[in-house]
Amino acid sequence: MVFGYYFGLALLIIAGLVFSRRTQGHLILLGLFNLLQWSLTAYAGLHLNSGTGFFKVDALAVIMLVVLSILATTSSYHSVFYLQHHHRLHSTPERAQSLYYAGLCLLIMAQTGAFLASHIAVTWIFVEITTFAATIMIYHERSEESIEAAWKYLFVCSVALTLAFTGILFLGIAAEEAGTVNLFYDSLVTHAPVFNAFWLKMAFLLTLIGYSAKMGIFPMHTVTIDAHTVAPPPVSAFISTTLMNVGFVGIYRMYAVVARTSSFTWAKHVLLIVGMLSVFVAVVYLVRVRHFKRMFAYSSLENMGLVAIGLGVGGLAYYAALLHLIFHSFTKASMFYQIQQVHQMFRTYVIRKTGGYFRNYPAGALVMLLCFICIAGIPPSGLFISEFLLIRAMLAERIFAILVTLLVLLTFAIWALGKNFMQLIFAEPDQPIGIQSETLNPIHSLSQFVLLGLVIYLGLNPPPQMVTLINEAIKIIQ
Amino acid sequence: MKAIILILFAISLLNISISNRLRGFARLLTLQGFLLFVLAFIQLNEVTILNLVFVLLETLVFKTIVLPLFLDYVIKKNRITRETEPYVPYFVSLLIVTVIILASFIIVQQIEGLSGNTLFFIVALSTIFTGLYIIISRKKLITHLMGYVVVENGVFILSLAIGNEMPMMVNTGILIDLFIGVLVMGIFVNKIGDVFQEANNEYLSQIRD
Repeated sequence: MVFGYYFGLALLIIAGLVFSRRTQGHLILLGLFNLLQWSLTAYAGLHLNSGTGFFKVDALAVIMLVVLSILATTSSYHSVFYLQHHHRLHSTPERAQSLYYAGLCLLIMAQTGAFLASHIAVTWIFVEITTFAATIMIYHERSEESIEAAWKYLFVCSVALTLAFTGILFLGIAAEEAGTVNLFYDSLVTHAPVFNAFWLKMAFLLTLIGYSAKMGIFPMHTVTIDAHTVAPPPVSAFISTTLMNVGFVGIYRMYAVVARTSSFTWAKHVLLIVGMLSVFVAVVYLVRVRHFKRMFAYSSLENMGLVAIGLGVGGLAYYAALLHLIFHSFTKASMFYQIQQVHQMFRTYVIRKTGGYFRNYPAGALVMLLCFICIAGIPPSGLFISEFLLIRAMLAERIFAILVTLLVLLTFAIWALGKNFMQLIFAEPDQPIGIQSETLNPIHSLSQFVLLGLVIYLGLNPPPQMVTLINEAIKIIQ
Repeated sequence: MKAIILILFAISLLNISISNRLRGFARLLTLQGFLLFVLAFIQLNEVTILNLVFVLLETLVFKTIVLPLFLDYVIKKNRITRETEPYVPYFVSLLIVTVIILASFIIVQQIEGLSGNTLFFIVALSTIFTGLYIIISRKKLITHLMGYVVVENGVFILSLAIGNEMPMMVNTGILIDLFIGVLVMGIFVNKIGDVFQEANNEYLSQIRD
């Protein structure tokens, strides 16, 4: 019932945003939406393992919802500044602005639905809605490049999700043969041990390929990377973090079904291969990347590859994978919020044309430095903890060859990231900078300090509630 | 009866592979929509008002009437030339689609434990693969969109083959999603047609490393 109210109210607010043309009205509605989002998150946190019909609150959903709500608030905040800045440069029509805010709220709502869904097809429906919402916002700048990226994102995601739906139908065949007709996750998990292995494997492969477009891992990673090149930074912050978590949740819930069957070892190997290929592709491109946002996108590919490897290794690595998702979300979002300010200063994302950030905007440079420390997994970053746990799990599983390859690849990745971050922060710029100092207020860096602070604090000193929630979430696949 | 319709559907795939006019392609999609309607109607387990309305809406209204009209509108609005402009000759396309259908036959024969629905699976698989083939072998974005519709039709046949029915709410959600998907894509083809001289994928290769 509560979920019904949430979706009803959210849709009302979205409709209001579409039709309202005043900035003030937009801001009020956006504030209301954030309030609604936090109310639902609080409700979900207090009513763990409750829910009826197509929505159910479990530990995984709560973790993802909290991350989503935090980033929803910060992204709303940065969207306001982004739109002001963009409006000054290109004088966007009012309609584009209402569509942007409506798309933002729709995206947040659809992600919430995807996390909470307890029926495999309901998850799919909400994931498909995230595609439309993201497309609207990728198209926001109305340039030739944004049309190209939006079209590619829409088309490839739709085709990929159709494949995922075929996977769901195959799972339906397996369920039918096992004598059940409903596709709720609970029922699937109970009946899984008697599922026909062939249909189950096909279903797993197809959902993995389909949702990989959302999670941004091999083989459908290219769409998200192209989308980042033109998407507004607050939107990139979503595509690269919570939207990847949506893909992860889709794959994770399917994995939970496979985990009960004899095909589990096979599925683990598939995830290991997908993860290693993701890291490999990411590193190859990271070494020669020239565009900041593409660099961040490839870094997301690398990190999601690590998460997939975590799922494939098993044991302690499950914990590492979930921890990695949480910390990666906060870190990557900070990077995108800060790159918006970098763009305000340099008017470009091309790495070679930037430099001297520290001298001109110390607060932002400090954020970037912290971002580098966090994303590279240098202590005290939380990502260090999760990567360390992952490596320990790999040692325990005695897969040394993969571990060594992975470490070599990660070294290259850190080198490439470090080189480009240092260029931005310390190097002498090629040409004089056209600073717009009045638009660069250190207050815009505040949210990044909070998020990065969370990454470090939660890594060093994880609150017991978080640990319990992660352990509960792991029980879904054990 | 089912068999005849499914075979007709497979023949329409061969027709699609050699259709050189966009309008002709759209007409074939109308035909496919109608065949799907008859198929879904026969396949209905129990005829309740709700089920009937849903099937009517999904196949007859959406796939047979609204979608082809919408495609016609997009074609007319952008003054898209009528050739489908494939990368490969039509004869080769015909051969490839034939091979796809044959391969589907062989693949489905290998699968054990298909309870009498073999023909459904063969046609569904060949439709999905033909759709994907159309997407990769045609230059215009509007044909990509049509290929996507063919893939959707294949998935629809597959869903008919499975006795296991989704709850009505879920079905409605899926239908709305697909409808919005095609609609938004059509709007984008329009936008692309406005910005570039022609909506084809040669213009869409600016973003790279």
